Amino acid sequence: MTMTENHTNTVIGTRMLRREDPALLTGEGKYTNDLNIPGSLHLAVLRSPYAHAKIISIDTSAAKALPGVVAVYTGAELAAQWAGPMPCAWPVTADMKNPAHFPLAVSKVCYVGDGVVAILATNETASRDALDLVDVQYEPLKAVVDVEEALKDNVVIHDELGTNKSYTWPLLVEETPGCVEEAFKKAKYTVSERYVQQRLLPMAMEPRAVAAVPQPFGGDITLYSSTQVPHILKVMTALTLGIPEHQVRVIAPSVGGGFGSKLNVYAEELLCVALSRKHKLPVRWVEERTENSQATIHGRGQVQYVELAADEQGKLTAVRVRIIGDMGAYLQLVTPGVPILGAFLYAGVYDIPKAYDFICTGVFTTLTPTDAYRGAGRPEATYAIECAMDALAREMKIDPFELRKRNFIQKEQFPYTAFSGLTYDSGDHLLAADKAAGIADYTGIRAKQAKQNVPGAKKLLGIGMSSYFEMCGLAPSRVLASLNYGAGGWEAATVRVLPTAKVQVVTGTSPHGQGHETSWAMIASEKLGIPPEDIDVLHSDTAIAPLGLDTYGSRSLPVGGVAVAGACDKVIDKAKLIAAHQLECSADDLEFAGGIFSVKGSPERAVPIAALAFAAFTAHDLPDGLEPNLEAQYTYDPPNFSWPFGTHMAIVEIDVETGKIEVLKYVAVDDCGVQINPLIVEGQVHGGVIQGLAQALFEEAVYDKDGNLKTTTLAEYLVPAACDVPAVTTAHTVTPSPTNQLGVKGIGEAGTIGAAPTIINAIIDALSSLGVTHMPMPASPQTVWRTIQSAKK
Amino acid sequence: MKVSITVNGTTTESDVEPRTLLVHYLREQLELTGTNVGCDTSSCGACTVHLNGEAVKSCTILAVQADGTSVKTIEGMSTNGEMHPMQQAFMENHGLQCGYCTPGMVMAAVGLLNENPNPTEDEVRFGLEGNLCRCTGYHNIVKSVLAAAKK
Repeated sequence: MTMTENHTNTVIGTRMLRREDPALLTGEGKYTNDLNIPGSLHLAVLRSPYAHAKIISIDTSAAKALPGVVAVYTGAELAAQWAGPMPCAWPVTADMKNPAHFPLAVSKVCYVGDGVVAILATNETASRDALDLVDVQYEPLKAVVDVEEALKDNVVIHDELGTNKSYTWPLLVEETPGCVEEAFKKAKYTVSERYVQQRLLPMAMEPRAVAAVPQPFGGDITLYSSTQVPHILKVMTALTLGIPEHQVRVIAPSVGGGFGSKLNVYAEELLCVALSRKHKLPVRWVEERTENSQATIHGRGQVQYVELAADEQGKLTAVRVRIIGDMGAYLQLVTPGVPILGAFLYAGVYDIPKAYDFICTGVFTTLTPTDAYRGAGRPEATYAIECAMDALAREMKIDPFELRKRNFIQKEQFPYTAFSGLTYDSGDHLLAADKAAGIADYTGIRAKQAKQNVPGAKKLLGIGMSSYFEMCGLAPSRVLASLNYGAGGWEAATVRVLPTAKVQVVTGTSPHGQGHETSWAMIASEKLGIPPEDIDVLHSDTAIAPLGLDTYGSRSLPVGGVAVAGACDKVIDKAKLIAAHQLECSADDLEFAGGIFSVKGSPERAVPIAALAFAAFTAHDLPDGLEPNLEAQYTYDPPNFSWPFGTHMAIVEIDVETGKIEVLKYVAVDDCGVQINPLIVEGQVHGGVIQGLAQALFEEAVYDKDGNLKTTTLAEYLVPAACDVPAVTTAHTVTPSPTNQLGVKGIGEAGTIGAAPTIINAIIDALSSLGVTHMPMPASPQTVWRTIQSAKK
Repeated sequence: MKVSITVNGTTTESDVEPRTLLVHYLREQLELTGTNVGCDTSSCGACTVHLNGEAVKSCTILAVQADGTSVKTIEGMSTNGEMHPMQQAFMENHGLQCGYCTPGMVMAAVGLLNENPNPTEDEVRFGLEGNLCRCTGYHNIVKSVLAAAKK
């Protein structure tokens, strides 16, 4: 109690070390595949080696005969297990085409990695050995690898759909009909660009793992999964398998990274549950890295056509965008919605009139399904507008920073109602950009560049920038309804003050590296005046935290963290009634600070919340009609997205003869409003920046013309190592969000959104004296060298 | 085949299939699950342990090859309830997020400092080349190792 009294209410904003760390640092932390579940059967999945083929026959007899093998199932043999196909929760248009997708293929495979046969064995080794003993006869069909080729429908992947086009989603905003076309006709300057967002492999360091533990006599099932979304997974498991929802419990133990790839409902999760019920034994599965490359969703995969119209000052007058989104072979949980999340951001951070013409076409290919990957639609959009702004600056022969300054939405304009009707909550783009320019020494680098980049120079210097908005904190439920999203955007929290004044915070968010336990305890501590070490944070188990919508889209803090604060408010309100009762005054006469209620003007008449918790527990002397115990649940539905923003700058030096790029300095100035824990904020930026930089410089899911993935291992798919990447200089501006009581915005995806265009703009800037105007990603030394050579011609 | 391996100071003996990797011996026979598996090509380094004092990827070694050796895993790094200075440095510098690469990264980092007690930033970056992290961008891992070197 004395600690409570001495508590000084300055928890938010401190660099508190993470409470998650000791378990993770010592090996005590348990990931799904670390769980000891006696008597488990092991699942292995035989996958298609063809991108597109008919299944002619399957002979499982030799596999069944292998010692240790318990059962072998084909897709046809398991068809009766599914109450419905695997879920796609985001039908973006009423006429969107969505092929039925089951955990195992039945008559046809549509990508390399498509599941064909499930094997159960008493040990993992036998389950994998048996894979080699299954004989599947295929009739190969032509692969469809390229989205623009797919649109021609020369080869239709899903016969029943009659086309490879899943949907067309337009967003046309015109002040007057035809004004976009008019703006392009009148424009002093226009640019017309084509960009390719290559497919990326998310590559969370922990491959996926699943364990389903049935209770054969009660019918209940516990599903352990390396997932970002235990709550969504629970509902979807119940619906897809026809199990009453209250009998399904989902637990996400420690989860080794997600980046969107574990925001899904996967075949193996459903297979483990179905087979564990069938065999009345636990069934577990762990993914190999090679499987992970083929059977876990991919990110990005878009072709973008972007046109900007500008007046003589370079002020944008219209934006026209056509994008083709590669869905892959099937629609996973939110596949079709990913490109549409970017639909509102192709005007970036700029003040444009209502002259915006966007169309996204979703297309099937015979490749692994795509879905959300860190940023999900927003990095792609930001890349397109930010690289196109540099193209416009080149066209106008003005400095790209100057062009941005002429177009930024100004500080005074916030809250700013955009062309789309969305309201940007708060921002100060010029402040962030100037700060980045100061740290990067933009002017100095330009001067140095003028000296260095002379004809014949072997090493060319470049500086690039990108200013971004991250539309995050998904999202107001009503806005999601207008986008046909299949769920709400709220988040729930329960705050429970135990009899001894220790606190349990129960959250519906599901962390996998973001440090929610630390940050949520800090929020509750700040609100309640109880030391953070007395506060426990419970999550990621649907029996303990039954309400929630999980962690993705940088939503956890601006929705889930705010829900924790709201639940604390309700606890304080209730405690205040008990305090008023004890102090014999009106609740209105009380003030609450530092964990203590006191009568205004008479600070000696006071009672700490800790004492009230015990009173609420004993219930010996509560106000009439007040429920015992000190606990409250609060569900927060945000009234707006949160709009973090910032400017990133990179300085690169390129060896003209080898194409080798050295990133000399990377500066990230991000504004996520009030920071709960700057240590964690910086960590999110560091990781995000390097992930975005990796798209720009290293990573690509490379397919051959037959639809074979050539980069299935970490030896071929270039996740950078420490020596491949620069240190990241982080700085911040703080523009609180007016939307929520904490003033916070999300920060999980900002780094990734800012980094790829920053790096590519810097590279083109360095090479512009050679005539280079485009740089495909990833800008490997070979690609850079070739681009230089073709520019010379 | 019978193997006898000293793990974290305790002699362990077991009958293993010849194809059993050291990492599977540690995780499955000894239930030391702190050592993680992140790939199948010896690329990620999540399974790094110390073998006779040297950092090695335990997926590159068969359990039978480790017969008669002394192995240290992440579980053996703390003493009397105190984390190793490297573990402390990772905590103090936010050198981990999801934690999956962390045990391997810590073992590799300790191995690095054993060979080069006073590395430069570049030497740390190149010294940890065999260990991948997807969360931190390495910034704070490098900072952690440099901080541990100063302890």
